Amino acid sequence: MNPERRQLLGWGAAAAAALAPGFRLIELAQARSPQEAASVLQRWGLLIDITKCVDCDVCVTACHEENGVTGQGRPATDAQWIRKVNLRDKRTGYAQTLPLMCQHCEHPPCVDVCPTGASFKRDDGIVLVDKHTCIGCRYCVLACPYGARSFVHEAVSGQKADVPRGKGTVESCTLCVHRVDRAETPACVEACNRDGGKAMAFGDLNDASAEIHRRLRSEPSSQVRADLALNTGVRYQGL
Amino acid sequence: MASIQYREIDGRSGGFYVLLGALGVLVLAGLAAAWTMEHQGHHITGMSNRIVWGTPHVFAVFLIVAASGALNVASIASVFGRELYKPLARLSGLLAVTLLAGGLAVLVLDLGRPDRLIVAMTHYNFKSIFAWNIFLYTGFFAVVALYLWTMFERRMNGYTQRAGVLAFLWRLILTTGTGSIFGFLVAREPYDSALLAPLFIVMSFSFGLAIFVLVLMAACRWSGRPLGDALLARLGNLLGVFVAAVLYFVAVHHLTNLYLARQLELERFLLLDGGVYTVLFWIGQILVGSIVPLVLVYAVRGRAALAAAAACVIAGGLAQVYVIIIGGQAYPQQIFPGKDVSSTFFDGVIASYSPSLPEIALGVGGVGLALALTVLGLRVLPFLPRSLADGEAAAA
Amino acid sequence: MTRIAAGIIAALLTVAAQADAPKFKIERGEACVAPTGEMRRDHMNLLLHQRDRTLRQGFRETRFSLKNCVDCHASRATGSVLGKEGFCSSCHEYAAVSIDCFECHSPQRQARTAARP
Repeated sequence: MNPERRQLLGWGAAAAAALAPGFRLIELAQARSPQEAASVLQRWGLLIDITKCVDCDVCVTACHEENGVTGQGRPATDAQWIRKVNLRDKRTGYAQTLPLMCQHCEHPPCVDVCPTGASFKRDDGIVLVDKHTCIGCRYCVLACPYGARSFVHEAVSGQKADVPRGKGTVESCTLCVHRVDRAETPACVEACNRDGGKAMAFGDLNDASAEIHRRLRSEPSSQVRADLALNTGVRYQGL
Repeated sequence: MASIQYREIDGRSGGFYVLLGALGVLVLAGLAAAWTMEHQGHHITGMSNRIVWGTPHVFAVFLIVAASGALNVASIASVFGRELYKPLARLSGLLAVTLLAGGLAVLVLDLGRPDRLIVAMTHYNFKSIFAWNIFLYTGFFAVVALYLWTMFERRMNGYTQRAGVLAFLWRLILTTGTGSIFGFLVAREPYDSALLAPLFIVMSFSFGLAIFVLVLMAACRWSGRPLGDALLARLGNLLGVFVAAVLYFVAVHHLTNLYLARQLELERFLLLDGGVYTVLFWIGQILVGSIVPLVLVYAVRGRAALAAAAACVIAGGLAQVYVIIIGGQAYPQQIFPGKDVSSTFFDGVIASYSPSLPEIALGVGGVGLALALTVLGLRVLPFLPRSLADGEAAAA
Repeated sequence: MTRIAAGIIAALLTVAAQADAPKFKIERGEACVAPTGEMRRDHMNLLLHQRDRTLRQGFRETRFSLKNCVDCHASRATGSVLGKEGFCSSCHEYAAVSIDCFECHSPQRQARTAARP
């Protein structure tokens, strides 16, 4: 999406917020009350500056700790919600590293292909799996352009109260939806800014007053597999 | 048509019970495998987060594709009006139903939550080709059942042609749906092509006819019914045409990919250095599945050659579906074009996969189920004519 | 005569039923989020409704949330709603109604919230 269009969307969201009865613009920046639904006025996203991304994996550790994603020591079948990917240019040898997770697309292929509608996008742009209606067909794992989804290959115990997960269903990064609903940032972002290279930022892509919005409209950024025109919620800088 | 006499098979011989028992053992083994996979979780299989569809899906897709193809013999009789094929139409409809049942059973029992089948029947996302397929499959049972009824019920014979046209159109759409499961996967270089839909249709012609020929020959031989050489020769010619058609579509698909720079690495993988997938492609699909049957059907000729050709088409077909489904997933997704990629999640590397015993047992169990249902169908209803000797078939 | 026999059988069945009846302690709080009768009849519907509101729409009300149930009803001894005398499992085993909530959801009271009065 070009900056002008993004700007327009931001203004549109602001105008809608100002016009809707009972809404004030200032509320967009604050936590939703528990009695309030996720809103289409917001679009949560990440901005990852990979020039600052260093050779560490605190984002991965923090994510898996926060979400109770524990492995069984079987790399081929253990779930990974976020992973560090190392790139090396085939011709020049230029090396980079970056975290890759669900890109929370506006037009998610996983949602398109899901036969039961278990794979869905929440109004605020977060792509989730409804594990109550997931039948474990794994078609979404095939369809995801980013290899972001995992199938739970064996029984799980010791789940976190906020992050239910179980055998026979598919799962992926939830953008820490339980934290976002409490007005906190995702665990990976928090860890990166505390212990890592301070490469990750989280925010509302529709909120013109948000820092992430300011950076996206004034600095270069890109999407992974932009050719697919999925309008990802996760953007990268320096890629 | 009225002059053809159909008759159930006797089903009193020891051989009948041995056959049914053997198929029953396969079905039980498949059920045991599914039960183990559901309780242990899929980590006991060869499948992983990179190869999410494995051997069960190879068998399931093969059976489903073959099911729609098995109906072709009936379509040729009632849609295209070839009298010679009319006595074979009932068996053709029976095989279409039983092969589909076997394939679907495998697909359903491999789900992560097979206990939630009811969810798949009550929650639909109509943008998903998978959801459409649920309707296409269940509808196919109904349409073929109707078609068979018009054949069996003398008063309904007048509607056979219309039912046949409906079933023929339905099966074309059904196989389009099956091919599109892969064709619609935009983010995977080996799939992402509208060509997969017609490719799957010609594959279904070929696989379905091969199975039909073998089942027909076995059923006639074991129930002591004459089966004419001229009829078999016609089926053999048809099989040859279908095999050649598959070869054509495969060639066009690969040639297109070879022309596109971004697909060159994929083609190198499939055709040159893909290890087991390259071997399965050249030896399994091309040599055994295409060239050998063509030679057998057109150069060698004869009953034994036809049976061997049909068996080769089935083996080659399984190899082809294996290369499409598993080879297509093993080839790494191109997330960052132009970059060498590595991670803890097997990015940028060929995913390893070896079929596990439960997967094979489940897949073979589906074949067993399809054949057992066929045998039972032949036993309880008159699907097969008393005689398929050349003179009688021509006179009919 | 038959009436007396029927009476005896009914009495025996009642005794037997009570002997087998699920045993559990309600660990905390003065009252549930709704009257007991309503909870007994309708807890599954309330949970189902809340589940879809929370997951699909992002409402985070606690009143009928599964987490809220577990926080009050988990056993003091095991910290869980499952187990032999677990609040959920004892009744569900008695009624032979299988639930698969806890295939995915944690049956444990959370330490953080448990500290709250």
